[in-house]
Amino acid sequence: MRPLTDDETRTMFEKLSKYIGENIKLLVDRPDGTYCFRLHNDRVYYISERILKLATNISRDKLVSVGTCFGKFTKTLKFRLHITALDFLAPYAKFKVWVKPGQEQSFLYGNHVLKSGLGRITENTNQYQGVVVYSMSDVPLGFGVAAKSTQECRRVDPMSIVVFHQADIGEFIRSEDTLT
Amino acid sequence: MGRKLDPTTYVKRGPGRKSRKQKGAETELTKFITEEETAQKRLSSRSRKRAGKRAQVTKKPKVTAVKEEPNKGFTDENSEWLKPAKRKREADHIDDDDDDDSDSQWEQEEDEEGEGQKKKGKRQLIENDDDDDDDDDDLVDDYGASEDSGEGEKEGESDEELLPIEKAAKKQKKLQEVMDQETDDDDEEEEEEEDKDGEKSGDEDMDEEDTVQVNIDEMDTFKLPKAEDIAKEGVMLVDLQTIHQRIKDNVDVLSHFSTKREGGKDRAEYLSLLKKDLSTYYSYNNFLIDKLLEIFPVSELIDFLEANEIQRPVTIRTNTLKTRRRDLAQALINRGVNLDPLGKWSKVGLVIFDSSVPIGATPEYLAGHYMLQGASSFLPVMALSPQEGETILDMSSAPGGKATYIAQLMRNTGVVVANDASADRLKSVVGNIHRLGVTNSVVCNYDGRQFPKVMGGFDRVLLDAPCSGTGVISKDPAVKTSKDESDIQRSAHLQKELILAAIDSVNAESPSGGYLVYCTCSIMVEENEWVVDYALKKRNVKLVPTGLDFGKEGFTRFKERRFHPSLKLSRRFYPHSHNMDGFFVAKLKKFSNTVPTTTVDNGAVEETEPSGDVKVQSDSFDEEKPFKAGSKNKSKKQKPDGKPVVSQATANGKSAKSIAKKTQKNENPTVPKKAKMDNETEKVDKEINKSNIVKTDKETSKEGSRFQKKGDKQRKSHIQSKKRIGKNKFNKLKKLLKNEFGNEHL
Repeated sequence: MRPLTDDETRTMFEKLSKYIGENIKLLVDRPDGTYCFRLHNDRVYYISERILKLATNISRDKLVSVGTCFGKFTKTLKFRLHITALDFLAPYAKFKVWVKPGQEQSFLYGNHVLKSGLGRITENTNQYQGVVVYSMSDVPLGFGVAAKSTQECRRVDPMSIVVFHQADIGEFIRSEDTLT
Repeated sequence: MGRKLDPTTYVKRGPGRKSRKQKGAETELTKFITEEETAQKRLSSRSRKRAGKRAQVTKKPKVTAVKEEPNKGFTDENSEWLKPAKRKREADHIDDDDDDDSDSQWEQEEDEEGEGQKKKGKRQLIENDDDDDDDDDDLVDDYGASEDSGEGEKEGESDEELLPIEKAAKKQKKLQEVMDQETDDDDEEEEEEEDKDGEKSGDEDMDEEDTVQVNIDEMDTFKLPKAEDIAKEGVMLVDLQTIHQRIKDNVDVLSHFSTKREGGKDRAEYLSLLKKDLSTYYSYNNFLIDKLLEIFPVSELIDFLEANEIQRPVTIRTNTLKTRRRDLAQALINRGVNLDPLGKWSKVGLVIFDSSVPIGATPEYLAGHYMLQGASSFLPVMALSPQEGETILDMSSAPGGKATYIAQLMRNTGVVVANDASADRLKSVVGNIHRLGVTNSVVCNYDGRQFPKVMGGFDRVLLDAPCSGTGVISKDPAVKTSKDESDIQRSAHLQKELILAAIDSVNAESPSGGYLVYCTCSIMVEENEWVVDYALKKRNVKLVPTGLDFGKEGFTRFKERRFHPSLKLSRRFYPHSHNMDGFFVAKLKKFSNTVPTTTVDNGAVEETEPSGDVKVQSDSFDEEKPFKAGSKNKSKKQKPDGKPVVSQATANGKSAKSIAKKTQKNENPTVPKKAKMDNETEKVDKEINKSNIVKTDKETSKEGSRFQKKGDKQRKSHIQSKKRIGKNKFNKLKKLLKNEFGNEHL
């Protein structure tokens, strides 16, 4: 376990900012204690200082997970957000998409969101903007990238994709082994 | 598009529906009569046939002797050659009767109707006799003879049988009809075959009847089957119904043994039969049945075994980090789930009765609003009652149900360390922790036994020890047959090691905690009370109430074993009485961080022993109160973060206080612990609270003198064991000592 290098921090923050924008500083400066990002097994964990101290007792090969896993660095040193980060993305998300109950299940099985399943969308979402996907009852379901801007969404036909799927909470079951 | 049928080329197949002949009134009459008949005897159609046959066999032959004569022949010669044919006729008649089982009834009816005719006929015959005496002499003779013989034979029978002629005529007619109809012939053949079968199965029938008879007997008094019967059962197919009945009767006898026992049979015989029956009926191995029989009284055992055959209700736990129970219940009801609150004792549990959607894959589940968790798994966490901001260890956490519950009770403050020995199973822990939004967790993959070396100083520790799983047989029926004595011993041994490691990980000085909850999903005493009792003797812990207001008290005595009386504070849960998995929960409080060391053959400790002025501290053999004894050996030891152990002990001998301290700052600090483990496993108990080893200075030990020392020490300790100082005095001493020496050594 080690702190992130500058490059890594930049890559990760760039990625995070696609979803939560400048709210990223709320993650770093928290009123309830200091939190930090740590790298362990190529994965980035978001941990409070207290837990971090305790976790140093555990040898590297025995430590499986600590705090919340945000995502991992790929072999090409890109950062990929995991669904486990949703708990911290959802409250700070700037752009949101709500899916209708009928399409909820489809999204949770890893499919893109179609226009027909689009319930609501934040105004002036740009194309390729990172969005957090909610159900109509405001339960965060995952996140993705807007395929069309809000304006375009109004015009397109019902079967066209409006949000590209990136991660959904169905992965907790589907890919339990690769979460961390 | 299919081809249309050309009506011109259409060929009729078969006679068509309307050509079928409508049945006459006789069929209806049959129905009517059969109803009456069946009301009398409740037998299957087969057995009715057989019963009818048996009746025929007894009655008919006599009839037939008379029957044939009027039709076939009127001479003595005829009667002679008819005799051998009789038997054949009999068979035929029987066949006939078998043929039309239902018909035979209305046939009889006809017979009854025909009574008048018969009488008429007889009268006619008599008239004939009167009229043409000469002509019909033979006839008359015949009749007279036949009637005589007939009457002679059937004196006791009813009037109907007294007039067999008409009946015989009917039979004859029927026979002819039968001969005419091919189909009937076929039937006959079948019947004949069946008859053969019937003969074979006749014995079985008798057996059945016998068993029925036996069962009726059993209602009154249950008799033990003889040894040869039992032996036979082993070979033959066993009837589960019979065994079930026998178990019930046996239990009844055993519960009122003095009144219902069979003379001359003792309890052991009944019990051995019961054990055998139970293991057959519920398919357990003998070992497990024996074990269970030791735990439960007989009648309760049956309940337990029955309860293991049914699944426990599916329960879920609301994740209060993300939602409230009411909201969750509403959301699930909207998805077509039928649920109810779990019970008064839980504010987060819900019972699922049935569901139209898979309960483990709803969007709510994926969003982490609830966790599928057995009701029994709530209990240890509730007993642990974690407080906010504490550091808590879940020693064997997979799949994370209890660990996340702990985090939820702490509202994501403090730290939960979720450990498990299996790396594979940890994946589900990680998944669940993230799904339920737990952020204060550390997941690690140690063997629980090594844990005190890694980390210590926890406020609370939950040890859900790996066990034989005898409480969750309904979940995993393989337990029924797969476990034996060695499995129990093995897991008990592991549990003893784990509980000591768990106790060592707890920080007794924690302001809010210092608690350990030990639980297993086993109901074996070896894995529960025994393990806790062992821990009470080995460490400075005491049992405290679990805070669960239901459940049965733990055993304080079991067979020849006597456990510490405080073990009644532990709680047992059974599937049959609480409708949750079998479970054991004990809550321990650690009141001192000292590890009471065993002196006698602790080589590692001896190594550090000074050779010179050794004063031996008193010890106690008081097994009943190990922790009290332990408190005497108060010392400071082992900062939880695994630093070398420094212990300081006070000794007391003949009012002279000798101050001693033991520095385990040896070459290898882990050695003492290891050695101790070995001791513990070898000599399971007896001499536990042997006093701490006492040393005055940091002198090195001399290997040669060690064993002599040991002997001396033992003797002295025996002498001194009677005289102990009181607690208060001791505490004073301790304080004094702390002031004087504490700072240097700590």
